[in-house]
Amino acid sequence: MKYVDEFRDRNLAEKLAKAIATEADPSRHYYLMEFCGGHTHAIFRYGVQDLMPDNVTFVHGPGCPVCVLPVRRLDDAVELAERHGVILCTYGDMMRVPGTKQRSLIRAKADGADIRMIYSTADALKIARDNPDREVVFFAIGFETTTPPTAVAILQAEAEGLTNFSVFCNHVLTPAAIGHVLGSPDPRDLEQVRIDGFLGPSHVSAVIGSKPYEAGAELYRKPVVICGFEPLDVMQSVLMLIRQINEGRYEVENQYTRVVTREGNTKAQALVDKVMERRDEFEWRGLGTVPDSALKIRECYAAFDAEKRFAVSEKQSREVKSCECPAILRGAKKPTDCKLFGTVCTPENPMGSCMVSSEGACAAYWSYGRFREPAKKKEAAA
Amino acid sequence: MNKIDDRLSFRTGSVDMTHGGGGRAMAELIRDLFHRHLSNPILDQGHDAARFRVPAGRLVMSTDGHVISPLFFPGGDIGSLAVHGTLNDVAMAGARPLYMTAGFILEEGFPLADLERIVLSMAHAAREANVPIVTGDTKVVEKGKGDGVFITTTGLGVVPDDVYIAVGNARPGQAILVSGSMGDHGVAILSKRENLEFETEIRSDSAALHTLVAAMVTEVPGIAVLRDPTRGGLAATLNEIARTARVGMMLDEAAIPVKPDVAAACELLGLDPLYVANEGKLICLCEAEDTERLLEVMRRHPLGAQAAVIGEVVEDENGLVRMKTGFGGQRVVDWLAGEQLPRIC
Repeated sequence: MKYVDEFRDRNLAEKLAKAIATEADPSRHYYLMEFCGGHTHAIFRYGVQDLMPDNVTFVHGPGCPVCVLPVRRLDDAVELAERHGVILCTYGDMMRVPGTKQRSLIRAKADGADIRMIYSTADALKIARDNPDREVVFFAIGFETTTPPTAVAILQAEAEGLTNFSVFCNHVLTPAAIGHVLGSPDPRDLEQVRIDGFLGPSHVSAVIGSKPYEAGAELYRKPVVICGFEPLDVMQSVLMLIRQINEGRYEVENQYTRVVTREGNTKAQALVDKVMERRDEFEWRGLGTVPDSALKIRECYAAFDAEKRFAVSEKQSREVKSCECPAILRGAKKPTDCKLFGTVCTPENPMGSCMVSSEGACAAYWSYGRFREPAKKKEAAA
Repeated sequence: MNKIDDRLSFRTGSVDMTHGGGGRAMAELIRDLFHRHLSNPILDQGHDAARFRVPAGRLVMSTDGHVISPLFFPGGDIGSLAVHGTLNDVAMAGARPLYMTAGFILEEGFPLADLERIVLSMAHAAREANVPIVTGDTKVVEKGKGDGVFITTTGLGVVPDDVYIAVGNARPGQAILVSGSMGDHGVAILSKRENLEFETEIRSDSAALHTLVAAMVTEVPGIAVLRDPTRGGLAATLNEIARTARVGMMLDEAAIPVKPDVAAACELLGLDPLYVANEGKLICLCEAEDTERLLEVMRRHPLGAQAAVIGEVVEDENGLVRMKTGFGGQRVVDWLAGEQLPRIC
């Protein structure tokens, strides 16, 4: 397949593997955090780890939109569908994430709630048009990649005069999360998470550009390489990071030049800015409350804000006890460190969000990589 | 032919509750649609139960319900699929299919024109396969209680005496073969799903595989395992075999045939062709020394022209299916959890 196979070429991979092995300093270890679940997925799906020397370790980051949504927001979505009787439109990945007492959207749907799986915001608008006597809520999640389509949907609804459409906005911001991972490691982590450099987001950076990472790289003195989602992208970015680390540099470099510019997609940024503004703080699964890390709908578009239109109740939301998703999302633990991994928690019966989403680290470990880790014992038990 | 009342106008009419009510309307529907198009000496006996002779040997029987959306898709429809699906299940025992039955659940309001199109397609598929539909049933459910039409088919077949194909026969050292490209059917269906429509030339591979199987078991009666990788695709089927037989598998990604169009559509949607359904392909496990002979027979048959060896059975009591990636690494090819979903990020 043209424009894809070139980035999965085995011969080039072998050349890059040699270069990495030559340039990696054998007297030290390199801990590289791949921010995005898309990277984690590529690393496992193509077996990139097999081409790395032993002293390069990937630390999996929090860049999985489904994984970082806190249980309370999911419980709120379930309540919107069940108590307020709305048609709740959601991306498919969200359906199976367990909420409090393992209540997921798919269970609520089975019990009669009107929950529809959609592929794009255009589908949600169509459902609103087709059901003028029903309230239709789009459950918006995701990083900066999925935010512009949400903004466009609100503008479109306004232009069409759709009064039964609103958005439950849960969009989060990448640079704030990277800063948080580096700046305030959770005191519960026995050892501080060690990170020598970042493989920076690819799709997110196509929207926001590479510029927003510059302040963090400088402040925390950690190199960032914006990295595409193909396996050769990952390998080339690893080489670029190793070079920066060896030379003591901490710059924002861009490996994904075929898509990402320093300024990003300014048109998309303007659309988002028109409709949304920063929240003072937002709760993330794993990271806790992070300042300036999420977006809400601006007051002038309050008519399309589900949080304003429907009062959701205060609730005691709780994750499954002993689920290690939070520590895994901070990079403090590996999926195989979790007692539940592969025993009670599998993709068929997920206890935490990281096992549900195809971008989650637990799902990647389990589905692609479980022959690598000493998980044999657990597997036999499963 | 007798006068047809307006309920049976195949141009403008639609199914109503009387078509399942046991009265004249139902009799007319059966006579003017099902009997007329599916006619064969056994069906034409006109009894509720079909009566026929069976050859000596072991019989196999399989049943399959078909609930597909959309009903019509590039390369087939629910009618042809209902015939091919069941014939293939029978054929995967190494059997020669003899007879089929068909049960219809129709939703009130379903256009008779569509129903006729489906029945004609079934008739065509059955004729092509040379396997008659010998008895059937029709029920009508109220509007909103069905999805247009559901079809359940059952097939009966006979297995040659020296053929013992079973999933439990998988043993380390055996070769894993596929009869052609993976993922065509699923991508053809997805391309026509509401909300997801995209332009593609891909057609479903829906086809009856029993003549290919007949050629294969004639050449190599000792074939260990045959399966058609339908729902869940190649990955699910291999995992099922591995788990049942307590063996592992090692696949070679570069050897697995996938059409460029299918690969491109999957890439775009974030799907993996190894998990996408097929309706006219088979997986075969055979002893290593039989591989070349079997490949040759398969490639001579039009439905096996792209046949390929994609890996081998290895020892692994955990039943892991692993794959050498085209990139030079290794990974597990796991069961699919739930449905494959297009990516969101």
